[in-house]
Amino acid sequence: MTEELDAGMVAQRIAESDQVSEPSPNGEVGRRRRRKEDARLLTGRTQWTDNIQLPGMLYVQFLRSPMAHARITRVDVSAARELPGVVAAFSGQDLASEQGSLPCAWPVTEDIAIPEHPPMAVSEVRYVGEAVACVVATDRYRAADALEAIEVDYEPLPPVLDMNDALAEGAPKVHETGNKAYTWKFAQGDMEAALRDAPVRIDRTYIQQRLIPSAMEPRAVVATTDGETFTMWSATQIPHILRVMLALTTGIPEHKLRVIAPDVGGGFGSKLQVTAEEVVCLLLTKRLGKPVKWTESRSEGNLTVHHGRDQIQHITIAAESDGRIRGVRVELLVDMGAYLMLVTPGIPLLGAFMYNGIYKMDAYDFTCTGVFTTKMPTDAYRGAGRPEATYAIERAMDELAAELNMDPVEVRRRNWIKHEEFPYTTIAGLTYDSGNYEAATDKALALFGYDKLRAEQADRRDRRDPVQLGIGVSTYTEMCGLAPSRVLGSLSYGAGGWEHGSVRVLPTGKVEVVTGSSAHGQGHETAWSQLVADALGVPFEDVSVLHGDTAISHRGMDTYGSRSLVVGGMAVLSACEKVKEKARKIAAHTLECSPEDVEFSQGVFRVKGTGAQKTIQELALAAFAAHDLPEGMEPRLDADATLDPENFSFPHGTHLCAVEVDTETGHVKIRSYVAVDDVGRVVNPLIVEGQVHGGIAQGIAQALYEEAVYDAEGNLLTSTMADYLLPSAADLPDFVTDRTETPATSNPLGVKGVGEAGTIASTPAVVNAIVDALRPHGVHDIQMPCTPERIWRALRERAQA
Amino acid sequence: MPRITVTVDGIRYEEDVEPRLLLVHFLRDRLGKTGTPIGCDTSNCGACTVLLDGKSVKSCSVLAVQADGCDVVTIEGLAPGNGQMHPLQRAFHEEHALQCGYCTPGMVMAALDLLRENPDPSEEEIRHGLEGNLCRCTGYCNIVRAVRRGAQEMGQAQEAGQEVRTP
Amino acid sequence: MIPAQFDYVRASSLEEATQALAADEDAKVIAGGQSLLPLLRLRLAYPSTLVDIGRLPELRGVQDRGDHVFIGALTTHDEVMRDPVLAAECPLVAMGAATVADPAVRHRGTFGGSLAHADPAGDLPAVILALDGVMVTTRREIPAAEFFVDYLESAMEPDEILTGVRIPKLGEGWGYHYEKFHRTAQAWAIVGVAAAVRRSDGAVAEARIGLTNMGPTPLRASATEAALAGAELGDAVRQACEQAAEGTSPPSDLHGQADYRRHLAQVLTRRAVLAAAGAH
Repeated sequence: MTEELDAGMVAQRIAESDQVSEPSPNGEVGRRRRRKEDARLLTGRTQWTDNIQLPGMLYVQFLRSPMAHARITRVDVSAARELPGVVAAFSGQDLASEQGSLPCAWPVTEDIAIPEHPPMAVSEVRYVGEAVACVVATDRYRAADALEAIEVDYEPLPPVLDMNDALAEGAPKVHETGNKAYTWKFAQGDMEAALRDAPVRIDRTYIQQRLIPSAMEPRAVVATTDGETFTMWSATQIPHILRVMLALTTGIPEHKLRVIAPDVGGGFGSKLQVTAEEVVCLLLTKRLGKPVKWTESRSEGNLTVHHGRDQIQHITIAAESDGRIRGVRVELLVDMGAYLMLVTPGIPLLGAFMYNGIYKMDAYDFTCTGVFTTKMPTDAYRGAGRPEATYAIERAMDELAAELNMDPVEVRRRNWIKHEEFPYTTIAGLTYDSGNYEAATDKALALFGYDKLRAEQADRRDRRDPVQLGIGVSTYTEMCGLAPSRVLGSLSYGAGGWEHGSVRVLPTGKVEVVTGSSAHGQGHETAWSQLVADALGVPFEDVSVLHGDTAISHRGMDTYGSRSLVVGGMAVLSACEKVKEKARKIAAHTLECSPEDVEFSQGVFRVKGTGAQKTIQELALAAFAAHDLPEGMEPRLDADATLDPENFSFPHGTHLCAVEVDTETGHVKIRSYVAVDDVGRVVNPLIVEGQVHGGIAQGIAQALYEEAVYDAEGNLLTSTMADYLLPSAADLPDFVTDRTETPATSNPLGVKGVGEAGTIASTPAVVNAIVDALRPHGVHDIQMPCTPERIWRALRERAQA
Repeated sequence: MPRITVTVDGIRYEEDVEPRLLLVHFLRDRLGKTGTPIGCDTSNCGACTVLLDGKSVKSCSVLAVQADGCDVVTIEGLAPGNGQMHPLQRAFHEEHALQCGYCTPGMVMAALDLLRENPDPSEEEIRHGLEGNLCRCTGYCNIVRAVRRGAQEMGQAQEAGQEVRTP
Repeated sequence: MIPAQFDYVRASSLEEATQALAADEDAKVIAGGQSLLPLLRLRLAYPSTLVDIGRLPELRGVQDRGDHVFIGALTTHDEVMRDPVLAAECPLVAMGAATVADPAVRHRGTFGGSLAHADPAGDLPAVILALDGVMVTTRREIPAAEFFVDYLESAMEPDEILTGVRIPKLGEGWGYHYEKFHRTAQAWAIVGVAAAVRRSDGAVAEARIGLTNMGPTPLRASATEAALAGAELGDAVRQACEQAAEGTSPPSDLHGQADYRRHLAQVLTRRAVLAAAGAH
């Protein structure tokens, strides 16, 4: 702790920085509105995809490969077809001519290898769980039985499981093109000079373990056709993207295909995908002319929902002896798994501009190599690239602090961008528009009781207490609000990053909002209602938000990357502005004045200096009646807006974690956790807190519990929730959360996004705390998840050394 | 096929069932009571929790034939109707104890069972009482708060002589 | 996932259940089904018939029988952990039952089912072994030490049914503790230690220690038990507990390697013994 941070200073700084905005007296934005979504979810009236029941519905099950890598020499589905209740059974070969290849929308380099990815394997399987055949039956039970009647012969091929082995000369190949998917580089500044001249150098290797996203709702698909048009319900985050991709993949014309994301039970990136099961269900309803449903079991999902993370990270920091960073070099190996799915290769690159974190430096060097293995493909998982970046830099900053015998908060303070330096263009080329790292950190330290905990830590160390205390800090930023389309284009992504919103004021003055964002737990129906209520001056209750159905919301880019409010919400707000301008013209016409003389406030249009006025509800009725509208005006009070963000947004914050580590067993207990996040202006603090809580829990879970483990043959050992450990309420503490607020300058409301912040910040805070507890024992790293056994082994190795 | 008689949310059903039919599939596929979802196949997640003869069970790990003659209460049977919610459901709403809502039916039923045994639980007791129900969205903080609030409101409602379903 | 087909017999008596089991060699008993249902759903078990003994009231309940307590096989974990007789006479059983899975599973899962399943990672086998329980079946009585034969294998014949367990009362002066070490609250024990300790004059007079998940069956930490007799609370107990893993053959699996389990057995045994002795 530095002396400048005595208690008085802290209190003063907090007072100065504590500019968390209050809602205006009649305002909705900033209110802790209870959610509109809750009633149906709480009373069991939800429409999950598996709840959808259509007349004549048939049930689909997939037979999956038990081999990590093998040639398929024979598939015989004839016996399955004979079983009672079985309507059809197909092998991959049976569908080969029409099933196409699952899309990868992000060819990150010119020379990237994008292998064919048939939804059902035809000649070769490349991971355990890959679909090889399917059956369609009159109920789920008979479909499950029929799988056992399918015969498949495999000729084993060597599994490829380790990334370094995969890249070695003569390694068995996952694909004919080899095991390297791509190498992507970025460099800025003179890294060689930094490395040569700087007196301090930190070289570390960190493992981002493979994770299973584990949304509580397993995936499900319902597909039906009337012979000409097709409708699909899917537990997806991306109904709009899915529709485009299914049209391109299956040849069903886009205008004949409707995709609906009904109530969706969480995603965390795992439902940002175009899946084999979606494609096959569409082909099955086309072939059979009947509605089909597929619902995955959890053990099937652990095998076949795309996994997350799985990187080997080499990070080098070159620094001066006073702790100032000169440069950072990052080399990544990223496990793509067996195929490139929708955005697989791009995920690590979402972190490419984030390894510099919140710090200033002269040089930055980033290289990322994507590697094929015979495992489930990886793809987006909460944070997607940014948690990995934050983990590496925040872990390495602690190592730098330890090397220099400096407080980890102080080493950060010496390097971060100061609040008066914004907007600041970083070494990675991003322009951080706003932020105040000092304010968030000071507030977090005060809430945490940093000095007191450090004193207790010293005491426990002196007493050689078997239970040691560790303190971990993580000061993060992230880029979210994905994304300016021109930036996505420059990164070779296959689509834009805009979002669409429509607002229509109905004849009775009620408002329907259509959003291209596709909520699956985020509370958009509530938050968008708050935005619109303020913008149009209508009651919160008078707003309905429609989403998740391409027939209703015909244009959208969906929900991921903490983009919904920053892009989708702002599109809705932009549509509100257009509605207001139109209403102003009608008001002026009705009140016989010029539009410039009409003022708008809280739903009422008034003629300046007179008492004449019209409410927006009256104007909506006038537009509907259309008896007397301005010349040339169409008789409707609605507007659309498609908004492309001008920049990313950059939430930031400081998270502090205290852990008790039992040095006898290796058991870790989180003693306290404080998060102070700056997510800009807040529309609904209740929802923001919920997002932060959940994010922290998921980040802690990566630090302590979760890991997808494959054995030497490529079998997934963690295929059930009994083996893939997710924390329950009993395993987590209460979190102390607070906020500071520096509005974003890139959108009119100053919002930044909050969906991923907690996950990004918390993982390094926890691991830094554990390592901090163990440092006096000579331990400088624990690989995630920091299991008791790993901690015990690290301690034992040091003790023996 | 065995014939079973089961009362679900106050309605008596007589159905012929395959012995292997899981109670949760009986509820969802046979009776159309889709308020109870399925989240796993190893009885870890608790999303399918219902009350069977007044006690919480995971309906994915009970055969429908085992429920013959029993009384089942699901999330759909909790609210008194006419748009009202049970005090515990209301507490979940007030405390923002749900996001995607998939774990919520099971979480509410498990919490109700917890409060049946312990009407005034501490935070620690709530956390341990809900150890069999996984939520991926909330980090549990608000769930714990909701259960405490629900406990208070159920107590107050009972003192006021209102009927609160505590099976 | 979905179980494969099976026939179903709801037994109205033990005789009927025994006959049904004898008539079909692939038949299996179901009581609460909390171990069996996940196995059926994952299709890791394919019984041709399930014989449901869940409705035999004579198998349910806890009785004080003078020198021992009898726990009916169908008594649920939830009932066991709340039973006043067990709380007074055999609290270690209640402590073990309270750590099984989670409340909903404890409402369905039965005491006898857990023992008959013979999973060395289950919490109750080690408890019953430590207390020298005696398994009562439709044919005979089997001491716990002879009941657990191998991984998921008991000494019972396929058509033999566990009806209850006799647990001898240890009498005055004993303390108890079950120490379970797991990574998350509902996870299986990596290692568990069930300890019953009789204390006398600041020392351990006598100790019985059962180990969970330290081999293909639950085990007694015999060397530690011997070394604990007369050991002063302190270094002597510590040294005695360092022998806790002797004679064990713990598995190496996803949740822990054998050497870590051996180490844990020592630490957890010390903690369990001290807690049972009231030293913590």
